[in-house]
Amino acid sequence: MSAEIAGLCLTAARDAMAGGDLSAAELTDAHIAQAKAAKDLNAIICENFEQARVGAAASDARRKAGEAGALDGIPLVVKDCYCTKGVPSTAGSHVLDGFVPPYESTVTANLWRAGAVLLGKANMDEFAMGSANLNPHTGPVTNPWQRANDPAKLVPGGSSGGSAAAIAAHVGLGATGTDTGGSIRQPASFCGIVGIKPTYGRCSRLGIIAFASSLDQAGPLARNVRDGAILLGAMAGFDPKDSTSVDRPVPDYEAALSGDIKGMKIGIPKEYRADGMAREIDALWQRGAAWLRDAGAEPVEVSLPHTEFALPTYYIIAPAECSSNLARYDGVKYGLRVAGDNLQEMYEYTRAEGFGAEVRRRILIGTYVLSAGYYDAYYLKAQRVRALIADDFRKAFEQVDLLLTPTAPSPAFGIDEEPDDPVAMYLNDVFTVPASLAGLPAVSVPAGLSGDGLPLGLQLIGRPFDEETMLRAAGVLEEAAAFGAVPALRVGAS
Amino acid sequence: MNLVQGSTGDWEPVIGLEVHAQVVSQAKLFSGAATEFGSAPNSQVSFVDMAMPGMLPVINEVCVEQAVRTGLGLKAQINLRSVFDRKNYFYPDLPQGYQISQFSQPIVGEGVVTLDMRDGSSREIGVERLHLEQDAGKSLHDQHPSMTYVDLNRSGVALMEIVSKPDLRSAEEAGVYVRKIRAILRYLGTCDGNMEEGSMRCDVNVSIHRPGEPFGTRAEIKNVNSVRFVMRAIDYEIERQIELVESGGTVVQETRLFDAGAGETRSMRSKEEAHDYRYFPDPDLLPLVLDAAWVEEIKAGLPELPDEKKARLVADYGLSPYDASVLVGEAENADFFEAVASGRDAKTAANWVTGSLFGALNKAGLDVADSPISAAQLGGLIDLIEDATISGRIAKDVFEIMFEIGQDAAAIVEEKGLTQVTDTGAIETVIDGVMAANADKVEEFRGGKEKLFGFFVGQVMRASGGKANPAAVNELLKEKLKG
Amino acid sequence: MSLDKATVLHIAKLARIALRDDEVEPLAGELSGILAFVEQLDRVNTDDVEPMTSVVEMELRRRADEVTDGGQAEAALANAPERADSFFIVPKVIE
Ligand SMILES: [Mg+2]
Ligand SMILES: [Zn+2]
Repeated sequence: MSAEIAGLCLTAARDAMAGGDLSAAELTDAHIAQAKAAKDLNAIICENFEQARVGAAASDARRKAGEAGALDGIPLVVKDCYCTKGVPSTAGSHVLDGFVPPYESTVTANLWRAGAVLLGKANMDEFAMGSANLNPHTGPVTNPWQRANDPAKLVPGGSSGGSAAAIAAHVGLGATGTDTGGSIRQPASFCGIVGIKPTYGRCSRLGIIAFASSLDQAGPLARNVRDGAILLGAMAGFDPKDSTSVDRPVPDYEAALSGDIKGMKIGIPKEYRADGMAREIDALWQRGAAWLRDAGAEPVEVSLPHTEFALPTYYIIAPAECSSNLARYDGVKYGLRVAGDNLQEMYEYTRAEGFGAEVRRRILIGTYVLSAGYYDAYYLKAQRVRALIADDFRKAFEQVDLLLTPTAPSPAFGIDEEPDDPVAMYLNDVFTVPASLAGLPAVSVPAGLSGDGLPLGLQLIGRPFDEETMLRAAGVLEEAAAFGAVPALRVGAS
Repeated sequence: MNLVQGSTGDWEPVIGLEVHAQVVSQAKLFSGAATEFGSAPNSQVSFVDMAMPGMLPVINEVCVEQAVRTGLGLKAQINLRSVFDRKNYFYPDLPQGYQISQFSQPIVGEGVVTLDMRDGSSREIGVERLHLEQDAGKSLHDQHPSMTYVDLNRSGVALMEIVSKPDLRSAEEAGVYVRKIRAILRYLGTCDGNMEEGSMRCDVNVSIHRPGEPFGTRAEIKNVNSVRFVMRAIDYEIERQIELVESGGTVVQETRLFDAGAGETRSMRSKEEAHDYRYFPDPDLLPLVLDAAWVEEIKAGLPELPDEKKARLVADYGLSPYDASVLVGEAENADFFEAVASGRDAKTAANWVTGSLFGALNKAGLDVADSPISAAQLGGLIDLIEDATISGRIAKDVFEIMFEIGQDAAAIVEEKGLTQVTDTGAIETVIDGVMAANADKVEEFRGGKEKLFGFFVGQVMRASGGKANPAAVNELLKEKLKG
Repeated sequence: MSLDKATVLHIAKLARIALRDDEVEPLAGELSGILAFVEQLDRVNTDDVEPMTSVVEMELRRRADEVTDGGQAEAALANAPERADSFFIVPKVIE
């Protein structure tokens, strides 16, 4: 029974509660049960079940009083890099052990104002740096999906891997993620769910533990496009406390899902057909274009000449910003402190022990590219190339309304198949990073299965602040793909 | 050219100053916490100031306006587009691990400050730039044997860093420069200039070189917090560098601190380990763009500044440029003077204000604001001299009493019966008495020893208790001594 | 540009991250690999291209000069690993 309730998507659960056929208490209990059953996935690193039950009861009371909000009684999972007042928030890092924020992030505050319930905090790559959620401190997250008759544990992707695995396992009706270079879209693709990275500036960054300020953007992970649209509508909005937040009204994204894309021009960027692209990925991509054509849209080839330089650009800018953003973790104000004989030792031991290998690598690279004598050659050069990449998109959007690409170059890989060369891991984001550098909205929609039965996503990239057009086309893709496969490790899966 | 003599020849000192001035504002540069001085530790700290995870900066419009106003006061170029950068380094009172400052594109560009030197000459000192930046917190090293205490109340308070060109050539010029900057900021109301409370601090760059040769390596003396210390630090540093170089050593580029107690500068080894600030544009902020019309508005609203006031005092009151420059050092002083001088003889007014009053105030350790004698009262005293009610000599005594009890001059003169005697009859009686008592001297005078005249004047004035009108005394004595 | 151990130790110092001796060598290799990867950008002609600092085409928004924050020393210090009364404390800074 409870698995069936947990099986309802956000939209269905919302409508059932509105119709009086379901209480928030039942819904939350069902998801708590689901979370307990799925504990082995290690998707949730901080359970909030007791508070969730209290919140659900309060939601039912509000509904009785006729004061229910857009997300009233909806249990959600929140990525651990969102600061949640009174609830530990560590960004999956040892250096933030025991940190309990005395404040709430703007995005989660918006969700609670709409009536949503916090089920728990999601595991993630440390400080959102990674594409596999192989976090040595919080432990790896297991993807609910497995290859056809192969018990090997797979990664959920990252950095929002805990969020993606939870939603795929029906733990929570939706999750918040953050996307800096693909951290919402790539795990969504690996876990067979929908992931939306809105336009930079659409969601407030206040209270979200920063990785790379000029790229970080909050967004939802959901079971389907409609659920994602509803969540995004609640998360988005202007925040005067974030200097990069853009002051424009939030449209009704759900209402944008008319299914009508007749006459829409869909750009197919030829540079994304990287040589050595897996045939099944290429095939899926072409199928996606065909589905959109059948719905009345017109696919046209476009060129984004600087695409191949997006990853190198990203791996200068993101580490540079993170090396500075993470300087505050020094053992003085909060989190971990490792004693030393003097101040310098305290700093160096705290940060050596507090940060994992990948975070340390990125801090060191970032420190190097900003250091005297190298700033121009690396950082400034990257900022110039970034301008060229953004300009590629601007020109493309003079011809087309949307761009269609694969989300990731491969399906989920095994937890013990982590490449020991960091750069190989970086290639996971080859299709997602360009839109991040340009600050453009993008969505990953589950569109098919790989040869060995793993979900594959397609990515749609939109014009700045035109999430509506993007989501409308995503809805069409979703319907055409009719992705009905079920992950092996989902409890109650039938 | 100001040269310092060494044992091997002359050296020219080259000095540049970086003045950190705390912006007058209610709230901090990037947070809503208060800026008040001397509050309980960490009671004025927002989560932004202490770099809580996920906190973001939003700029304070008044801090921007104050920086622009200051730039205009320094006759400097206002940059309509400026950028905030991060200056990265680790220090316990720097919670973010970086200071938000302006590196390559400051809000204010080149300007100029005019110095009025004691000898009446004036020097133009170039201002390189002015930029906005965050102040750091406060580290207290004296609270515990093995621990440093950190109070972040100051963290994030807006500072204006005013960087001079290396145009200064002596400690004296540096002192005049700092006082002048302080005066301009106080006239503008953009910084209270309170150096005791640290609202104004100076980093001093000093180098020496042979006249005509390229500049030498400079040492930077950090955080000097009084004009006197700035001057002493510079004199010490010039001496140190000359002795060092003349004894075969070389000056190393380093940060030093001024130990006021020992009156010397010392190398800050701890701050020396390879600094590499890794400046880059703060991605949490966007370019700061100013509207030209808005800048013009601020310009139109500027108050009269020291240079203009000085020019006006010279023109309207015929003061010497130096007297005028001393008066305008503090707006209050100039205002006081103008109140006294209006409708009276400016020279006399200037003498009483800058001479007698400022002298007395200095001795009493007071400033004009709490002077026991108001401008009106001092004016009243001067009027009594003008209408010959009292002599200049009596006036000095009356002034003393006024300063003591703060009463009006007229009242004091009345009460103590100090009105001077102009009635010739009374004066003649006194003169007759004096001549009778000094018959011999009268003979000598009449015998041609005319320099005795002064002696008689003195005797008569004394006998009259100083109240006799000196002019009248001269007149009558001449006649009577002729016989 | 491949990084030698001295450079790795220098940037680790700048970043205040202690490295064990046995970590330096492999790290130098990894970092050099990443640098080699990003140095592909040398192939891009960026003459007269303005560096991009933000994707938001906006000017900096300014807030009013009002005291709206602070007065929460306890909340500020609550997460401190070490404190004395209302102060954060660190091993003595020697100057
Ligand atoms: Mg400086
Ligand atoms: Zn400064």
